Amino acid sequence: MTATALPAPRTGVEVDDRAATAGKPPRPENRAGWLFAAPFLVLYVAFLIGPVLVGLVISLFNTTTVKSGIGSWVGFSNYADVLTNADFWASMWHSALFTLLTTPILVLLPLLFAILVSRLGRGQWFYRLAFFAPYVVPSAAVALIFAFMYTPQTGLITNAFGWFGLTAPDFFGSTSGAWFAVVLLTVWWTFGFNFILYTAAIQEISEEIYEAATLDGAGPWQQIRTITAPLLRPTIGLVLILQVLASLKVFDQIYILLAGGPNYTTRPVIQYIFDSGFSAYRGGYAAAATMVYFAVLVLVSVAWFLVRRRNNSANA
Amino acid sequence: MATAVAAPVVETDRSGTKRSSRGGEQDRSGKLFNRLAATCVTLFALIWLVPFLWALITSLRPNEEIAENPTTPWSNNWNLDAYSYAWNTSPLGWWYVNSFIISSLTVVFTVVVCSMAAFALVNLNFRGKYFVFGLILAGLMVPVEALVLPQFLEFRAIGLLGTYWAVILPSVALPVALFVFHSFIKAIPVALIEAARLDGASWWRIYSQIAMPLSRPAISAVAILTFITSWNAFLWPLLVLTQTKSQTIPVGLSSLVGGSAIQYSETMASAVLGILPLLAVFLVLQRQIAQGVANTGIK
Repeated sequence: MTATALPAPRTGVEVDDRAATAGKPPRPENRAGWLFAAPFLVLYVAFLIGPVLVGLVISLFNTTTVKSGIGSWVGFSNYADVLTNADFWASMWHSALFTLLTTPILVLLPLLFAILVSRLGRGQWFYRLAFFAPYVVPSAAVALIFAFMYTPQTGLITNAFGWFGLTAPDFFGSTSGAWFAVVLLTVWWTFGFNFILYTAAIQEISEEIYEAATLDGAGPWQQIRTITAPLLRPTIGLVLILQVLASLKVFDQIYILLAGGPNYTTRPVIQYIFDSGFSAYRGGYAAAATMVYFAVLVLVSVAWFLVRRRNNSANA
Repeated sequence: MATAVAAPVVETDRSGTKRSSRGGEQDRSGKLFNRLAATCVTLFALIWLVPFLWALITSLRPNEEIAENPTTPWSNNWNLDAYSYAWNTSPLGWWYVNSFIISSLTVVFTVVVCSMAAFALVNLNFRGKYFVFGLILAGLMVPVEALVLPQFLEFRAIGLLGTYWAVILPSVALPVALFVFHSFIKAIPVALIEAARLDGASWWRIYSQIAMPLSRPAISAVAILTFITSWNAFLWPLLVLTQTKSQTIPVGLSSLVGGSAIQYSETMASAVLGILPLLAVFLVLQRQIAQGVANTGIK
């Protein structure tokens, strides 16, 4: 379970435990190995490593996306343009803000509900169905439904505010209303994914610990605080990093529901790259923006990887 | 390890009966706590179902009625007109076909390509293996979604824009899928493979007749999750499939958002039709899907 749940850090060390006979591999085996790995490696190099290299090269040229060819060499001026562009930084901030708004809710709320649901005997399938079903819905369908529920005057959510004596914000016309709309949609849509990760981890905890605690007279709240929560710490860390990385890559919901509006005040960085590359046709410039954004994401992953490794060796 | 995916399923059943007894009769506060928790969680679960039900109800009501009483969940005139309208005015049929072909091919290629590479990394000793392994490991940290622009330029240079291949090819070599297979194949006893070797079986036979049948849980986990991810992919298909008839369901549906403000029921009918196929798959394979997500953490 643990090895698959997070393949990254551990498996690398264990790669050599079969076929660990040192020295040169026999020739037929060597050939078979490369043949088996070849389809993966070709696609991997072409479409995962390839785009990174293409992006790096293009970012140094004034490529346009309307005609083929990469244009002429401009050195680092694209990067200078990107790093001094207020719109770029605004869109970076929007992605970061979306992450700050969604991450705490999507890390803690599913945790709470997974713990509560795990304490109930019957009807587990019902909760899994209700919370997890939205995960298989395409973003466009989610946006269609929520756009309808956010409709001024007639929308269900707009009216729901009235039932509690509140006035609904302008979901499409005001910046704060738009953020509210997109965060609520995202919580509904992706809540189930984290819920499932937590539920699986809770089921790994041995029953005996709880039985012993009950015999010792520990109440439910005490059990949750002193057993469940501490044992779930690695899972919380995993959910946290997956959520941060997913939120930083937000595009679908904001683009479909709001098109980055009102007036570009919610436009995430992927849409900024999209706009400058495909609407303004500035391929080289958009590639430079891509590389800056790419570097930020890789930094976040690497930082998490290092923290995790330090914790692992501290525990060992 | 080979049982890893299957094991927790058993535990779900067990916890169902066992955990309910936790708290016991001697502990009244425990009972109260559980009842409170049940109420709270059930309320939330019902709220979670509202968007689905609301879309369904709206799609079955006539527009005039919705305009008059927007928040009434009842109609005096239930009908399916919106569905036939949605089906006839947008190329939904084509979108279904495209999504289905693209997702199915992606699944087949991903399973075959990733499992073969994982098999090589586990069982075969070849030169440069550690370098290859490190390279793929590093790929886990590469955010592919951020690279759409250079990817687009690459595909334009190859001349594959607008084809199914443009959508399928970039998503096949998936490091996460490879590592799921890797951990499964590694759990197969070495003795089994050595025995097969001594009997003169080729590597291909060992892969296809020993390793693959024993990795069935990994195959289903990777297949299901790849299918969902591929079916729901939005940004990349939006960029490369520009013809209306060649689009996938999510891309096609997105063009309806913010369209006609008064055709509520038609819009919701399209949304319901867009949700239906995957939701049906989900209802049938609910447990396997949840298990697959829990085991891989693919997003």
